[in-house]
Amino acid sequence: MSDPNQRIVITGIGLTAPNGNSLAEYRANLLAGKSGVSKYEIRYIGETLAGVCNFDPLKYQKRKDVRRGTRAGSIAIYCANEAVQHSGLNWAEVRKDRAGVFIGITEHGNVETENEIFEISKFNYDTSVWTHHHNPRTVANSPAGEVTLSLGITGPHLCIGAACAAGNAGFIQGLQMLRLGEVDLAIAGGVSESIHTFGIFAGFKSQGALATNSEPTRASRPFDLDRNGIVVAEGGGLVTLERLPDALKRGAKIYGEIVGHAMNSDATDFVLPDPTRQAECMSLALSRAGIGPEAIDILSSHATATEQGDIEESLAIHKVFGDRASLAINNTKSFIGHAMGAAGALELLGNLPAFDDLMAHATINLDRPDPRCALPQIVANTPRKMDRVEYILNNSFGMLGINSATIVKRYSGE
Amino acid sequence: MSADQIRQVIMKILCRIAPDNDLTALKDEVPFREQMELDSMDFLDIVMELRKAYRVQIPEEDYGFLSTMASTVQYLIPKLQTATA
Repeated sequence: MSDPNQRIVITGIGLTAPNGNSLAEYRANLLAGKSGVSKYEIRYIGETLAGVCNFDPLKYQKRKDVRRGTRAGSIAIYCANEAVQHSGLNWAEVRKDRAGVFIGITEHGNVETENEIFEISKFNYDTSVWTHHHNPRTVANSPAGEVTLSLGITGPHLCIGAACAAGNAGFIQGLQMLRLGEVDLAIAGGVSESIHTFGIFAGFKSQGALATNSEPTRASRPFDLDRNGIVVAEGGGLVTLERLPDALKRGAKIYGEIVGHAMNSDATDFVLPDPTRQAECMSLALSRAGIGPEAIDILSSHATATEQGDIEESLAIHKVFGDRASLAINNTKSFIGHAMGAAGALELLGNLPAFDDLMAHATINLDRPDPRCALPQIVANTPRKMDRVEYILNNSFGMLGINSATIVKRYSGE
Repeated sequence: MSADQIRQVIMKILCRIAPDNDLTALKDEVPFREQMELDSMDFLDIVMELRKAYRVQIPEEDYGFLSTMASTVQYLIPKLQTATA
């Protein structure tokens, strides 16, 4: 890209995942094969499994703010503040009217609505005890809005509803707002509070897509013949995005440059994926990055451990990348479950340190590879040392046939 | 419910809705808002908590009676005279 102001780089990373509350901790656990899935109980469902985060919300919020806001808001505030600190930005000098917050979400408001219905059920469904906090908690911009309140940001904020493609969608929105000149700093990515709504567990269970396993850490098994569904997770991953010249001017450490992105739609089914459109999405991202498939070193797959989803994505990946052995394909959900709106963000961010350590983290719980997911490049169970890591491609797909792919390039100083 | 019991009820509610404030030195004659972080949504929390716990309906035109601890207790005495703490 000839105009340096159109080059968008990642300069700070804040995250919370079921197996780590910072990039360093998360990365170490991904390389160590440490799962974050545990037993979990939720109203009406009883005992199930989930990826649960254990960050301290009081690090950046008062008790009152936690009480008034939402879990998604607390996750977003934690991640945003961590990203800002990680970026080295002098926050007092940042123009708050030129900063924006763009957060991908799979859904928002289910948790708060379920809680309130449960509450009024104790009062014979008397709606006069329905909380006045309901509307500000459930408006779709709520998590991003809570970040603006926390950081005093007066530029634009919005949440991007994009099912499980939302993490990538948040990055893409931030990138576009920077390229358009609408903001000078974007806090972007995705969050999810989904483990706090029984409905998501019940929905997947009714669909025959909720994972069960006597050993929680073995439950999330993308590409494995013994998979039996999704492990729902919460989490968040937000980054600070800046234009390359701005980042260089302040001497920021650059964690990668977003050089390619794409989003498209299947237009075929509410839930079933379409490998043709998924392949087109990856190809469009490659085209925009100005590279061919041979340039990608690590492909972070979306696979959720549902039979059809895993198989269809494998077909799509094979169509674009073939059997090239130097490609490493991994899957983060095998460690943390499916973090919904945060999935795409966390899955990309956990791979970024590979630019420095040249390690492709593994896909764990892959004991009996499904032959219908015929991808010989999958990094099974133990990390792979790479000869080079210049480009990482991150897939994220979602219900209603929404597909997304982002490509991040190692920043080499050029 | 006695005045003292009502005061304790209100104090518990305040502790829940303003968990960051130290309320041990709360002055009963001074408006809540001058002593603690309390905005209109918090104020509605007081009304809601009383409604849930004691089925007390407080009409909007009476909200002014809830400005201090003393006036709140005084206002609630007749409404909570048959309630138990």
